[in-house]
Amino acid sequence: MKASLIALTRDAIGSIRDLLPIVIVVIVFQVLVFREPASELWSMAAGALLVVAGLTFFIFGLRLALFPVGEGLAHALARKGSVFWLVVFAFLLGFGTTIAEPALIAIASEAAEVAAGAGVIGSSDEAKGSYALGLRLTVALAVGVALVIGVMRILGNWSLPIMIIAGYFLVILVTTIAPQEIIAIAYDSGGVTTSTVTVPLVAALGIGLASSLKGRNPMTDGFGLIAFASLTPILFVLVYGIIV
Amino acid sequence: MELIIASTQSVVDSTLDVLPIVIFLFVFQRFVVGETLTNWKQISVGFLFVVVGLGLFLVGLEETLFPLGRLMAQQLTDPAFLYESAGKAVSALVWQDYYWVYLFALAIGFSTALAEPALIAVSMKANTVSGGAIGVWELRVAVAIGVGVGVSLGCFRIITGIPLHYFIAAAYLVVILQTIVAPKLIVPLAYDSGGVATSTVTVPLITALGLGLSEAVPGRSALLDGFGLVAFACLFPIISVLAYGQLAVLRARVSASETDSRNPDEEEDNAF
Repeated sequence: MKASLIALTRDAIGSIRDLLPIVIVVIVFQVLVFREPASELWSMAAGALLVVAGLTFFIFGLRLALFPVGEGLAHALARKGSVFWLVVFAFLLGFGTTIAEPALIAIASEAAEVAAGAGVIGSSDEAKGSYALGLRLTVALAVGVALVIGVMRILGNWSLPIMIIAGYFLVILVTTIAPQEIIAIAYDSGGVTTSTVTVPLVAALGIGLASSLKGRNPMTDGFGLIAFASLTPILFVLVYGIIV
Repeated sequence: MELIIASTQSVVDSTLDVLPIVIFLFVFQRFVVGETLTNWKQISVGFLFVVVGLGLFLVGLEETLFPLGRLMAQQLTDPAFLYESAGKAVSALVWQDYYWVYLFALAIGFSTALAEPALIAVSMKANTVSGGAIGVWELRVAVAIGVGVGVSLGCFRIITGIPLHYFIAAAYLVVILQTIVAPKLIVPLAYDSGGVATSTVTVPLITALGLGLSEAVPGRSALLDGFGLVAFACLFPIISVLAYGQLAVLRARVSASETDSRNPDEEEDNAF
């Protein structure tokens, strides 16, 4: 009990540290630059508490449940050495964690709002909801595929820089044929996937795998997965934009 | 009251978001690895925290981070404010007149990255793994500069309306060239740093900032110009961290080849 309280406090401090610089910069600008602080700020204070409390509980829960189970599984599968199950696991891990990624949920609904406002999709809640969900599923699929490629790379010991650079070229190539309005959203979705939920689990998979194979470096191989996970969403969302 | 209803709804939605991963982990644990969970109590409590936390966070985000980003964009592009700071009417404004926007973007990007707990953890690990060659503070500052400059440059792009992929293509080219010449040790770290430094709190805020800017600046559309700040925030730290690696090598080389003909202060200047 005492140990969990300490852990919870530590997570709370982490969440506050996340929010604090924003609060400070905003206050400095309100007081020194605008000189008269906007009245809306007070009503946002309650929401700020929710942000801190929510993030704290979320990360505390992840550490309690998702991370130990996920890491244990990653290690067990890496030891087991079945390529098939490893690949299935990697795909589902990428897909499942991305669907639960808070930053992606937020960006997808905002993108749907903007698309509806510009008349690209219908403005009903249903149309917006299905557009946002479509975007999230596309990104989740992309991260799943990225982890599969990443695991194959670790197993086959393929060169990471060459694959990444080839990926960049492909992204630029597809950008030229993608519709204008999807491009920025696509590039943004590459950045949102690699945050709270995905990174620790993916790193555990990479490190578990690399340390159970001979002659691999856990540091570089664990990273390689994340690099793919921020590259494929761009590609997949661009393609999603071409199809939809 | 409204907040409570919204929170409850959000917690229910979050349950559905988290459910797939719970089922999949359970199935794998039970049928593929063939082990039963011994500490299922702890795990159920953990998932309860995950669901409630995610639900509350998303409400807070809707109530605070999004409105805050938009509010700042609105205030920074307010005609009266711009008239005061630039001395021109809105129709006569050029991109330089939005300097407070760039400064705000720089400050937000730099400070959030510097304080990011995940980045601190990664920096400490990198310091240990590299045997002290990579400094904890130096790495954090390098990433923070990258994020700050990235967000700031992203705002410049929104205000001028230059297509995003020009910047991205150019930045990729720089990254590729740097990857070839930078010390191998720093490369994985650099690629990783951008994603690590943009936290779950920062992403919604700068997204709202970008959308707010694109709505307020004449001639820009939210759809075409509003997004892209997150991409910049993730891309530019790669460049700054690779540059830091190159600098460290250069510094080591200078101090190794230098004899006592020059004083140490000068060396420092050259290295930076």
